[in-house]
Amino acid sequence: MTDAAADNMPPGAGRAAPAVETPWRRFMADFCANRLALFGLVLVIVVAAAALLAPWLAPQNPYDIAKLDIFDSKMPPGSASSDGTLTYWLGTDGQARDMLSAMMYGMRVSLLVGAVSVVVALAIGTVVGLTAAFFGGRVDAFLMRCVDIQLSFPAILVALILLAVLGQGVDKVLYALIAVQWAYFARAARAAALVEREKEYVEAARCLALPRRRILWRHLLPNCLPPLIVIATVEVAHAIALEATLSFLGLGVPVTEPSLGKLIANGFEFLMAGKYWIALFPGLALAMALIGINLVGDHLRDILNPRNAR
Amino acid sequence: MLVFIIRRLMQAVVVMVVMSALVFGGIYLVGNPVTMLISDQASEAERLAVIRDLGLDQPVWQQYLTFVGKAVVGEFGKSFRAGEPAMQLIFQHMPATIELALVAMLLAVLVGVPLGMYAGLRPDSLRARGIMTVSILGFSLPTFWVGLMLIMLFAVALPEWIPGWPRLPSSGRGPTVDILGLKLSIFTAQGWLHLLLPAATLALAKGALIIRLTRAATREVLPMDYVKFARAKGLSERRIVGVHVLKNIAIPIATVTGLELGQVIAFAVVTETIFSWPGMGKLLIDSILLLDRPVVVAYLVVIVFFLVMLNLVVDILYSVLDPRVRLEAQGR
Repeated sequence: MTDAAADNMPPGAGRAAPAVETPWRRFMADFCANRLALFGLVLVIVVAAAALLAPWLAPQNPYDIAKLDIFDSKMPPGSASSDGTLTYWLGTDGQARDMLSAMMYGMRVSLLVGAVSVVVALAIGTVVGLTAAFFGGRVDAFLMRCVDIQLSFPAILVALILLAVLGQGVDKVLYALIAVQWAYFARAARAAALVEREKEYVEAARCLALPRRRILWRHLLPNCLPPLIVIATVEVAHAIALEATLSFLGLGVPVTEPSLGKLIANGFEFLMAGKYWIALFPGLALAMALIGINLVGDHLRDILNPRNAR
Repeated sequence: MLVFIIRRLMQAVVVMVVMSALVFGGIYLVGNPVTMLISDQASEAERLAVIRDLGLDQPVWQQYLTFVGKAVVGEFGKSFRAGEPAMQLIFQHMPATIELALVAMLLAVLVGVPLGMYAGLRPDSLRARGIMTVSILGFSLPTFWVGLMLIMLFAVALPEWIPGWPRLPSSGRGPTVDILGLKLSIFTAQGWLHLLLPAATLALAKGALIIRLTRAATREVLPMDYVKFARAKGLSERRIVGVHVLKNIAIPIATVTGLELGQVIAFAVVTETIFSWPGMGKLLIDSILLLDRPVVVAYLVVIVFFLVMLNLVVDILYSVLDPRVRLEAQGR
C-alpha cells in the first residue's frame, strides 16, 4: 500500500541532494506524502497531548479519592454530577470517577510504561546485539542462542509468568515488558551491525588504530540506530497493547493507578448490564493510540527501508 | 535428518529443564499458597496438616527435586485448589483450547489467503488498499480489545437495537459431544455458535498477518520465470493463479501458519478469559491468581514441550514441502 507512494517519487528524489534539500526535509516530504501516516501522526499527537496535559486539562483528579462522590458512580455519558459542578461527558465508572479524566490519566500510565520499557529494552538489546556482531564467534553464538530461545516463546506467556513471579505494580510490569522486548532489538541490532561492520568507514577506523570501544560506540552504533528506531516506534504500540492485556487479565498495574487496560477490565463486568461506556471509551482511546503509532511506524519502515527507492 | 531431530530434541530437554527450574524457583519466592487456601478460622493443627500434605514444610531444593523426579513420569502433584492431579486438569482443559485454536487458525487461513492473494495480484486497486488498511487494524488492536468489541456488538448492542437479531453467546462452550473420549463442541449447532465469537477474535490478528504474508509472497512470485512461462504457454489466468502461484506461496504460508499455531494457543489465554472458555488458558490465569503452583508449572512444561515440538514439526514439514531445503545442511 505505502510502497506505491515511494514508487511514485521522481527518480533521484532519494539521492543526497543539492544544498537546500537536507536529509531531514527530504524525510519530512517523504513522510507527508502519505495521508494515512499523517492521520496516524495526528492521532499520536492528540493522544500524547491529552496524556501529558492531563493534570491541567482533565475535569477531575481521578486519584483524589476525597473528590469522588460515590452516588455519582456508573452514571451514563452526559449526566451532571450530583453537586452540579461537573458534567460527566463520558459518564462515570464503578468508583464514581469521571471517565474522561480517568482515561487521560490512564493514557499517561499506558504511554509511560510503553515508552520507558521500549527505551530500556532498546538500550539493552542494542548493547547485546552490537557486542554479538562485533566480537562474533562464541560470544555471538551464545548471545544469539539465548535470543532465539526467548523469541520462540510467545511474548504474552513470558510476561504472564514473570508477573506471576514478581507480583503486581507498575515497576513489575516494566521489568516484564523489558524482558520480553530486548531480544527483538538484540536481533535487529546484530543484523544491522553485521552489515555496517564490513563498510569502509569501520575499516578506516581500524586502520587508524582506534580502540575497539571507540569503533563500537562512536562509529558502529550511530549507523545502526535508524532501523532500530523504526522498530522501536512499533514496539511502543506492542508494549502498550501488552500492558493493557496484562492489566486486563488482572496481573498488571494496581487498581489505584489504572492504565487504560485496567479501566477496560473494570468496565468489563458492567458490560452485560448495558453500562457500555465504562469499557467502550477507554477501549476507543487505546485503539486510537495503537492505530496512530502503527500507522506512523508502518510508513516510517517504508520510507527508511533501503530497498524502497533509496 | 535423524541427527537434526536428535539435536533439536536435546535442545528441547535443556530448555524445559531451565524453564521448570526458573519457574519453580520464581514461584516459590512469591506468596504463600497456604494463606490463600486455608480459612482464617482454621486451627494451627489444621494448618500444619495442610502444609505437610502439600509438602510445603520441606526445603526448596528438596521440593524441587521431588518435583523433577515426579515430572519425569508426568506427575506434577495435585492442584492446591481442585485437589486433582495437575496434569489431569491440564489434559481435561486441553481439547477446548486446541479446538478453539484450530478453528481460529482455519478461519484465518480461509479468509486471509484469498484476500492476501487479491491484494498481491492487484496491489494498486482501491480494494487492495482497503484490505491492507484493515489488516493494520487487525494486528495493532490487542486480542482482548477485539473480543470485548465483538461481545459489545453481537451479544449486547445488535440484539437490543434490531429486534429478532440473534444474541450470540459470549461465555462458555455450549453442549459438547464425546468423540474418542474428548469433549468437543464442533459437532453441535450450539457449540458452533459458542465458538464463533472467540474464534473470530483469535482469527483476526492471525488473519491480518496471513494477508500481509500472502500479499508479499504473491508479489514475489508473480515476476518469476515460471509464471511468465505459464503465461507464454497461454494458460488461463485461473490456472496460473490457482496452481502455479498458489503452490509456491503455500510454502511460507504453511510454515508461518504452523509457527503461529503456538502463538494462537498462547493468546488463547486472553480470549478464553474474556469468553469464559473452559480451556487451559483460563485454567492458567485462574491458577496464577490463586498461586496454584503445580498447575502453573504443569501448564508451562506442557506448553514448552508443545512449542518445541511444533517448531520441530514445522521444520520437518518445511523440508518435505520444499524439496530445495535440506535439513542436514543446517543441522551442523
